[in-house]
Amino acid sequence: MDTTSIDRQSIGPNEPGHTRRGLLKCMAWAGTGILWTMSGGVPKGFGLGGEAVASETGGFTFVQISDSHIGFKGAANPAPDATLQQALAKIAALPNRPALMLHTGDVSHLSKPAELDAAAEILKTARLDTHFIPGEHDVIGDDGKAFFARFGAPGAAPGGWYSFDHGGVHFIALVNVLGFTPGTGGTLGPTQLEWLEDDLKGKGASTPIVVMAHVPLWPIYPQWGWTTGDAGQAFTYLRRFGSVTVLNGHIHQIVQKVEDKVTFHTAMSTAFPQPAPGQAPSPGPMKVPADKLKSMLGVRRIDYAPATGLAAADLTLAS
Amino acid sequence: MTKKIMRGILAAFAGAVLMAGTALAADTKAVAISNFAFDPPTLTVAPGTKVVWTNHDEEPHTVTSASKAAPFKSAGLDTDEAFSVVFNRPGTYKYFCSIHPHMVGEIVVK
Ligand SMILES: [Cu+2]
Ligand SMILES: [Zn+2]
Repeated sequence: MDTTSIDRQSIGPNEPGHTRRGLLKCMAWAGTGILWTMSGGVPKGFGLGGEAVASETGGFTFVQISDSHIGFKGAANPAPDATLQQALAKIAALPNRPALMLHTGDVSHLSKPAELDAAAEILKTARLDTHFIPGEHDVIGDDGKAFFARFGAPGAAPGGWYSFDHGGVHFIALVNVLGFTPGTGGTLGPTQLEWLEDDLKGKGASTPIVVMAHVPLWPIYPQWGWTTGDAGQAFTYLRRFGSVTVLNGHIHQIVQKVEDKVTFHTAMSTAFPQPAPGQAPSPGPMKVPADKLKSMLGVRRIDYAPATGLAAADLTLAS
Repeated sequence: MTKKIMRGILAAFAGAVLMAGTALAADTKAVAISNFAFDPPTLTVAPGTKVVWTNHDEEPHTVTSASKAAPFKSAGLDTDEAFSVVFNRPGTYKYFCSIHPHMVGEIVVK
């Protein structure tokens, strides 16, 4: 099973962004991975071998890693530190050095200071400007105190969310793993939603927006909590923008969707895969044969060029 | 290991609303945490019963009361770790996993 997934979103500030949206149509569950069928002459090899597209066109490359679960010792991967290092090696081998790295949460497995420290030690070897948000595994018992002490953004709101700009792209880091209530999935909460509305005020509709959050911001499988209850409110503020790229983690597999001007992506974990929605009794760690594990872990590379917008390519540790 | 954790947690709850009664007197009932679910999801017990939750998943879970009136809250329970509460007062105690909030359960004391 090839878990590599490529998609190309050609929605940039210089075009209305409607023409190619229909290209990403078909999502198919296939065994343990997701395959995307693409049409319309989109170059399928893009990004995998590595043309240095982004830097030649005035844009930049950034990477997303997710769900490193340092401290996990289960059979699904007894050495998540080693696979995190392999993920960073993949990133280091990219033809152009990423300007940023985004970690979309579950840095640790049990929020233990020792786990967070071990993760920080490994991650700093990448020598990349790294931006974090917590997963629910990073906020167990202390509402993220130990996590934010190490990975919190300077100037972040008290709840840990923040935004920043890079190379013409506005990045928004949302926290949806605190303040859970029974029977729900992720939660943003009214204070954060208000902040988001404010943060976007005055931004031109042509500003490309990248939103990172741990739990998927759209309902992938609410029965397993793979949804964010109040995300709809966030999209009422994001709707007017011509290009919104949503990067999530949490489900340890790639699921992607295009809805109007918003492209949604969940990411592979660097630690262990989880089953496709409903394909197992529970969403717990999925044990796969050792030779298969690397093909189910990986990183995401995203190239941004002002003329063409954002293009994402997922690289497995086996690729 | 597990016993030690349980004892520590019990000690932490002494004096709380539910009161950690003496283990001697308490009847013990188990709730398994498996496959991201509390089993059984509803457990009916007599007053004074000690309820022990044990996590059988590879994934951590918590046992966190849903109501502020009768708080109980475990730490993150890793594989095979357990948590217990002695329920002395009749009532319905709803709880959930604060890591996976879609996991819900209740203890009915009567
Ligand atoms: Cu995770
Ligand atoms: Zn998660």
